[in-house]
Amino acid sequence: MSENVTLEILRYRPELDSEPHFQTYSIPYRDDWVVLDGLNYIKDCVDATLAYRWSCHMAICGSCGMMINGEAKLACHAFLRDYRDGVIRIEPLDHFPIERDLVIVMDSFIDKLSSVKPYVIAKREKSLSDGENLQTPLQLMAFKQYTLCINCLLCYAACPQCGLNESFVGPAALALAHRYNLDSRDNGKEQRADVVASNDGIWECTFVGACSEVCPKHVDPAAAIQQTKISASLDWFKARLLPGARR
Amino acid sequence: MSRRPYIRKVKRSWWLSHRRYVVYMVRELTSLFVGLYCALLMVGLVRLAQGHAAWDGFLAVLSSPLAVLFQLICLAFAAYHSVTWFALTPKAMPLALRGEPIPAKAIVGMHYGVWAVISLIVLIAAGI
Amino acid sequence: MARSNKPILWLPFAAGGLVAALIIPVLILITGLLLPLGVVHLPYEKMAAFAHNPLGKLILFGTVALPAWHAAHRLRMTAHDLGFGGGVAVKATCYGSAWVLIAITAAALIMV
Repeated sequence: MSENVTLEILRYRPELDSEPHFQTYSIPYRDDWVVLDGLNYIKDCVDATLAYRWSCHMAICGSCGMMINGEAKLACHAFLRDYRDGVIRIEPLDHFPIERDLVIVMDSFIDKLSSVKPYVIAKREKSLSDGENLQTPLQLMAFKQYTLCINCLLCYAACPQCGLNESFVGPAALALAHRYNLDSRDNGKEQRADVVASNDGIWECTFVGACSEVCPKHVDPAAAIQQTKISASLDWFKARLLPGARR
Repeated sequence: MSRRPYIRKVKRSWWLSHRRYVVYMVRELTSLFVGLYCALLMVGLVRLAQGHAAWDGFLAVLSSPLAVLFQLICLAFAAYHSVTWFALTPKAMPLALRGEPIPAKAIVGMHYGVWAVISLIVLIAAGI
Repeated sequence: MARSNKPILWLPFAAGGLVAALIIPVLILITGLLLPLGVVHLPYEKMAAFAHNPLGKLILFGTVALPAWHAAHRLRMTAHDLGFGGGVAVKATCYGSAWVLIAITAAALIMV
């Protein structure tokens, strides 16, 4: 089969272009190829100037997120055979500044991620002789799903609130905060609340649910945020109705 | 090489770009019709407070063709609100019994059960 | 970043969403279909008796006020989604309308 597939890719080279523009490429169709294979073919054989991030080619490193026909997907997770009809339009992830071609600036996300203190904040200082933290399988199950995030940013691209407010902490960061808040070894919920329960935190979310729909690892950040809304609301009322009951 | 990151503007029509966002808008707009019906109920309570004649007048207006059409539209949106609300509840409130998570379908099912019971009680109270 | 006071708006919104989901559809069925068809009659004596009862007043108030608040908060967020911003005008329109509706409802139930 010597079929070809047409890729329309948004190019942007700041030293040459004043604005992004589409460039069309024709690549061979292979039944087992993903979009990333197509990009690698272009880079190797057609146009070495094309810039994009990728690494594992197996949906675990989170590097190759991009908009494929308007949907946030991992390029290694999008098979050419599912796009046989028509042209495949490839653009960098929505809601992030474009650095070059398909590479976005993700500094804002890194800041948001660190701001939620994504590490176990211990209940009390322990010495080595106190031994390790014990955790039952049931306790692990409570937060396991929220540990699976690969920071691919598809959720930020899909979330309309991320598009409308660039200060919104965002699905992945809030899901990670939830992961630690649910961890039995952690006592940091109060410390995280200044960011998590701020107006740019959980309260910017309107439960569109797009984040969970596009997540390649089924983390379900939407669920994490709604659960945090309930918990933060109850904490808010508890703090005011029972002043002595701060944890 | 100097950097010049390009910022793409979000269009006002962002929600028209994908079926998923249109469905979200419809879901959110169910609250408009719930609110409008609450306004109608408010008028009803005012008429009730104004006495027998005012109440009977209100019932007559409720039965007019325009009012029936408006209410049927509200009913469609209100029912869609119920369906979407029940579907989302297990995500916001995952429940567990003795450590085992209760399946989402069961939580949704319980909501439909309560919905049916309350509806039946209200219908009986209304004199069906 | 400061902790938000959104919970005071959000918990009644969530309660209103549940009340709306469970009760509003059957009410619309009654007033919008069964009453016009003559299947139910909703006589003044019966309705007034229910509204005179303190528990009846509470139920009627909750049935109208909570879903109204739910609608107000949700429409405020939707206005923001549609590009009308999150400013004072939007908030005043949405929550203001809800407060007026709630106040009139309360007044009617007190006077009935």
